[in-house]
Amino acid sequence: MSAGSGTGRLRAFHQAKWDEEVIFELGAPGERGILVPPAEASVVEAVGDGLSAVPGSLRRKTPPALPEISQMRVLKHYLRLSQENLGADLNVDIGQGTCTIKYNPKVNDVLASSPRAAELHPLQDESTVQGALEIFHSLDLFLREVSGLDRFSFQPASGSAAILAMASIIQAWHEWRGEGRRRDEIITTIFSHPSDAAAAAVKGYKVITIHQTEDGLPDLEALKRAVSDRTAGVLITNPEDTGIFNPRIDEITGVVHAAGGLCGYDQANANGILGVTRAREAGFDLSFFNLHKTFGTPHGCGGPACGALGVVARLAEFLPVPVVDRGADGRYLLRRDLAHTIGKVRSFHGVFPAVLKAYAWILSLGERGLREAANVAVLNNNYILSKVKRIRGAAAPFAPGRPRIEQVRYSWEKLHADTGVTTEDVALRMADFGFHLWSSHHPFIVPQPFTIEPTESYSRAEIDEYLAALDKVAGEAYGDPATVKSAPHRSVVHRIDPGWFDDPAKWAVTWRAYLKKHGHERIR
Amino acid sequence: MSDEKPFIHPYIPNSIPEVKAAMLREIGVTSVDDLYADIPERLRFRGRMNLPEPLTSEAALKRRVEEVLSRNRSAADALSFLGGGCWPHHVPAVCDEVNRRSEFLTAYAGEPYEDHGRFQALFEYESLMAELVDMDVVNVPTFDWCQAASTAVRMAGRITKRDEVLVAATTGPDRLMTMENYCRGVMTVVGVAADPATGLMDLDDLAARLGERTAAVYFENPAYLGFLETRGRRIADMVHGRGGLLVVGVDPSSLGVIEPPAHYGADIVCGDIQPLGMHMNFGGGQAGFIATRDEERFVMEYPSRLFGIAPTSVPGEYGFGDVAYDRTSFGVREKGKEFVGTAAALWGITAGVYLALMGPRGMAELGQAILQKSQYAMKKLAGLPGVRVPRFKGVHFKEFVVDFSGTGRPVEAVNRALLERGIFGGHDLAPDFPWLAGCALYCVTETHTAADVDRLVRTLEEVLR
Repeated sequence: MSAGSGTGRLRAFHQAKWDEEVIFELGAPGERGILVPPAEASVVEAVGDGLSAVPGSLRRKTPPALPEISQMRVLKHYLRLSQENLGADLNVDIGQGTCTIKYNPKVNDVLASSPRAAELHPLQDESTVQGALEIFHSLDLFLREVSGLDRFSFQPASGSAAILAMASIIQAWHEWRGEGRRRDEIITTIFSHPSDAAAAAVKGYKVITIHQTEDGLPDLEALKRAVSDRTAGVLITNPEDTGIFNPRIDEITGVVHAAGGLCGYDQANANGILGVTRAREAGFDLSFFNLHKTFGTPHGCGGPACGALGVVARLAEFLPVPVVDRGADGRYLLRRDLAHTIGKVRSFHGVFPAVLKAYAWILSLGERGLREAANVAVLNNNYILSKVKRIRGAAAPFAPGRPRIEQVRYSWEKLHADTGVTTEDVALRMADFGFHLWSSHHPFIVPQPFTIEPTESYSRAEIDEYLAALDKVAGEAYGDPATVKSAPHRSVVHRIDPGWFDDPAKWAVTWRAYLKKHGHERIR
Repeated sequence: MSDEKPFIHPYIPNSIPEVKAAMLREIGVTSVDDLYADIPERLRFRGRMNLPEPLTSEAALKRRVEEVLSRNRSAADALSFLGGGCWPHHVPAVCDEVNRRSEFLTAYAGEPYEDHGRFQALFEYESLMAELVDMDVVNVPTFDWCQAASTAVRMAGRITKRDEVLVAATTGPDRLMTMENYCRGVMTVVGVAADPATGLMDLDDLAARLGERTAAVYFENPAYLGFLETRGRRIADMVHGRGGLLVVGVDPSSLGVIEPPAHYGADIVCGDIQPLGMHMNFGGGQAGFIATRDEERFVMEYPSRLFGIAPTSVPGEYGFGDVAYDRTSFGVREKGKEFVGTAAALWGITAGVYLALMGPRGMAELGQAILQKSQYAMKKLAGLPGVRVPRFKGVHFKEFVVDFSGTGRPVEAVNRALLERGIFGGHDLAPDFPWLAGCALYCVTETHTAADVDRLVRTLEEVLR
């Protein structure tokens, strides 16, 4: 049956297509985009041209071959490119599952761009940044409430960086206990983020990946067989990408603890369980929240961001430095004297604008609002689940009939078997309706996967609109597969030739490399 | 839950009870709590999160946060000479205009069709940076210089199959600490002594430390302490002679006037793009770049996204996409190169805008203005009794060390007195460099005027009297 038709509007969308030049094709010699304030006469009188002091061997001989473009044309170029990009503020951004694309309140951007946030230098005297330090400390206190953990650091600049920091703390902990050499394995699961495996490997760990059983949950028996006195720890998500909550998560942490390992919780996305269940009750020692997911700060095309890292008290002295404390006199201060600190995972204090925006997001919603955000995100998700299951060719593998938390990993396996249309084809056709649709991380355990995560930000009417397009495209796959397989038709560009991307003779990561390799036969 | 007054918040449309009820009917359950049925009671949090009462009106929220922010005194409220890895530069209004656009600010990870703009803007960023550093490959930005340097060193380790990196003793402290943590368990970070008079790398010490295990030598130019390393070519020859690579960290704002490291033999170049159009943001404006030659052995060791250009099915149409995606952790998890994910893409787009605005002349004029103004500041400060500046003999760019030890006044006291007079003095170097007790790192950029410098000198005169 048709899930969307009759309820959701099918929009006659067409994306902007400017056919814009690459920036090196713009401008003319001598054009200027902006001028620099020159040294005053008194300066020149005192030191001359400044350049003569630099030894000849260090003076740049040939200027960088940057384009020369007047200001308005540069602006126009980038505004055209922006129109060829589909931000969450413009679409119903529920198709980038696992990414938690929610509303990023404009007022928070306004606050973060005020000079008393944007023009702060990170090395200023503490007395001049009491407001900024209060924001760090307050958010620390807020997230302790959300997680049940005892102390947060905001230095990691993404979820992956927070995973790296967790692996670093696990390593430092075992080294401190004299077991660093022996405990050389980290366990993760196949439905946890790739970085849970990859960042552990950066620290030199051997990575053991537990796969799922038929119920979609990690194989607990396999985990029990995997742990040993070589286990340094586990890095795991819950719910995983399937959206299924693992009710035995505390058994997992129990098994790892019994083997002497530490338990790191990847809560990059905690959007469905705020106030419902916490890292503490599940037995975790470390966890992190992506402020750019759950706590409403913008994704910025992929950062800047923050993976707020929390730990239990016995690991607090291992956090990266500095951390923010409040002194007995009520003043905020930076502490660098943590006994077992792993050092640093990023310069200075982390991404302050993200910290400020998350702080403002929590202030706006409060405890009731955080719970409501989680509840509505879960409501929206299960509403979509009930509708997608009725779309021809779509299915939600694992745990039939069970609710999901904040997202669902779906499958077009049947659609593909019936029509030959792949999940990539569907995604590109969805672009014709002004929507994203993401498949899955690799490897594709679920065949022809796609992942939807609606968050709390979109109205029912918007969700219905998205579903109407999904239903339409599935219908096309059966009735008119050629249209889907040749999509997109109304997006910015048409099917890209992948042959240039994996061939060292052809790939071109920069314009100059493109001119060298393809200058004799340019695209245009 | 049903006896509570509904919580209708502007950020949560489906809180309306009628809508909720209709959606629950559609799902076939009676309450949202039914949807949490898989979470057993022992894992449920039945307490209350102790958070402040919500400020649901935007006006109240804005007032509260502005009140907290008012307890800050920013570098714009004062005259600041702080640098040390985060620098005050003019941010063109066009940079702010572009990175505040919803289309970029709220986008994430769409395909190179509906997100063509992000791919093209970042490809252009890579291309513009490539001209600045004069190399053919630049990554989509990583978190910051700390990460860029750490990854550059790990890349060198994989390329050479060696496990030791020799690092200049004057390396920025945050960079060094990040690199040490990032390498722990896999590579060893060993310091190379600096000449106490010039700050330059001690080449005898370097020669003694170079060996079969040396994957790379890493130094920064300009150094964290502001001076230029003049013997880059010799260092390159020395490390290349032992089969290692040269990794150089660079401040891109210098590259309109100073030779890019590739010209004296660097194999991997890294640094921070914060100077290229990012506000300081209390250190939140950082983003790192890594550049190499376009050789497969280098390209295949990047962990980052690398966006490339390609034709599409329509003649004359530019398309973009991921180059060599299967090297990444997105492609092959722990078998990939380090890890990839969200980093600092928006700042990459912004740096592209900055370089497009500046052009070759802008970058040259920027470099020259910084040289002149910082030289002026050094010259003026050198006239103060007991003040030794620059502490290191040699040429400086943007930053320089001021030695107050001859004045008998600790840096802390000098800075406190300056602060009382509306000036943020240079960063106290003693905690990170005990051998530089009594010294502070001063930063002068194109944003400083002669009057600013004169005011600093006058005030110091008064303070040190």
